Amino acid sequence: MRTFYHIGRYSIFIKKVFGRPEKHGVFFKQVVKEIDNLGIDSLGIVAIISVFMGAVITLQTAYNIEMPLIPKYTVGVAARDSILLEFSSTIVSLILAGKVGSNIASEIGTMRVTEQIDALEIMGINPAGYLVLPKVVASVFINPFLVLISMGIGITGGWLAGSVTGEVPSSEFIYGIQYAFTPFYIAYSIIKVIVFAFIISSVSAYWGYYTSGGALEVGKASTKAVVSSSIQILLFNLLLTQLLLA
Amino acid sequence: MIEVKNIYKSFDEKEVLTDVSALFEKGQTNLIIGQSGSGKTVLLKSIVGLHEIDQGDILYDNKSFPNMNQKQRKALRKEIGMLFQGSALFDSASVEENVRFPLDMFTDMSLSERRDRANFCLKRVNLENVNNLYPSEISGGMQKRVAIARAIALNPKYLFCDEPNSGLDPKTAIVIDELIFEITKEYDMTTIINTHDMNSVMGIGEKIIFIYQGKKFWEGTKDEIFHAQNETLENFIFASKLFKQIRQSNK
Ligand SMILES: Nc1ncnc2c1ncn2[C@@H]1O[C@H](COP(=O)(O)OP(=O)(O)OP(=O)(O)O)[C@@H](O)[C@H]1O
Ligand SMILES: [Mg+2]
Repeated sequence: MRTFYHIGRYSIFIKKVFGRPEKHGVFFKQVVKEIDNLGIDSLGIVAIISVFMGAVITLQTAYNIEMPLIPKYTVGVAARDSILLEFSSTIVSLILAGKVGSNIASEIGTMRVTEQIDALEIMGINPAGYLVLPKVVASVFINPFLVLISMGIGITGGWLAGSVTGEVPSSEFIYGIQYAFTPFYIAYSIIKVIVFAFIISSVSAYWGYYTSGGALEVGKASTKAVVSSSIQILLFNLLLTQLLLA
Repeated sequence: MIEVKNIYKSFDEKEVLTDVSALFEKGQTNLIIGQSGSGKTVLLKSIVGLHEIDQGDILYDNKSFPNMNQKQRKALRKEIGMLFQGSALFDSASVEENVRFPLDMFTDMSLSERRDRANFCLKRVNLENVNNLYPSEISGGMQKRVAIARAIALNPKYLFCDEPNSGLDPKTAIVIDELIFEITKEYDMTTIINTHDMNSVMGIGEKIIFIYQGKKFWEGTKDEIFHAQNETLENFIFASKLFKQIRQSNK
């Protein structure tokens, strides 16, 4: 029952979020600020995760197919496909759900419990649109770039790990990552990331927006934001994979 | 002038306002008094439409607020200034940006005009040289004043104040009360103030509505309140030892 209640209220919320912005100049400025706040600020963590992820995938694959008959370059192929198809888009989105999701929920939740949202409302501003739309637009715009960067860094990490350990010689790896390359895999990942970015920003904002009480509730809202956006990322991952790759 | 007629408001079965009717005069400081939890904030937020009422009517200069469409409400909102119980300043914006915010959003004034207007409002509440500070860097009393400056930035016809002097020392509290009183007179606004502070009642209680458990129990002026023959009201007024003693010495 609670699930249906939240789906209903979320739909109403989304309708409010997409109300016409008050002033386009103000809206544009906010989007730029959010791109910096939600996107550029996440570059560091995305880079760190990606390099380690790429390294580990490459080494694990290398250790698993240590048979003389299988050429070494297959490690490159396998690592590339895992990174492009799944790891960069889903794992990075899950990490962002934790970082960006809790940030959004606690910011908006604090504004709710300190009556800042009421203050906006009383001025005749649509608070959901004013506060949330720039975050959604910024996330949907910037997250695909984060994931592209993650793909590059991930593959580099794999190449580095393979070369340094001597498990996969550099030339084999580079041959591998070019072998039977399917550009659609990147498109598929980008589509997923756009959907995930929408989920992260809007679901987290939803939990923040409907907080009531005090600081304790803001904390709870932020936890709920991370948990429910992560679950939905996993759900939509399954759905989109079925839709796009089947 | 604002008139509320027989309004009811419940939150999931729990009735918070029961059949409240009152008239709030223009150019006066109208006080809503009552103890904590009596429903003052809910009443104020219902009047401004932050809570939808279940029954009854709210008239802004004879125009029914509950019957207005979204567009009409929005137009009315530009004539409303509100001071919240916790100031509700935007903490990611500086003092000046807070005051300028309604101007940025709703006027076509140039930046320097908006700046001037913001400075004028800040000066009106006796705040200078704090433009670039953030709300967390100024005291509670200053935050209230910034909030007043923000509330009057667009020259509203109606001013709502939810406990404007809660959490302030008695001296600062009086300064804030007087500021609201002066501004009300200066711009001939309809001002409604929630308070449980008897000093405010004595100071600026031109018209007083007493709320008890969500019902209106009494109304009158500050001169009438001490002679009211109403036990519930007396219990509220004379809860403080000071006022008890004043009454003893008057008898
Ligand atoms: N959003 C809400 N949902 C449910 N109940 C609420 C809500 N807002 C207020 N109430 C209830 O309404 C009653 C009146 O609350 P209100 O905040 O109006 O009191 P108050 O007179 O302003 O008190 P105070 O002087 O402490 O600010 C309280 O019992 C409160 O629990
Ligand atoms: Mg209150």
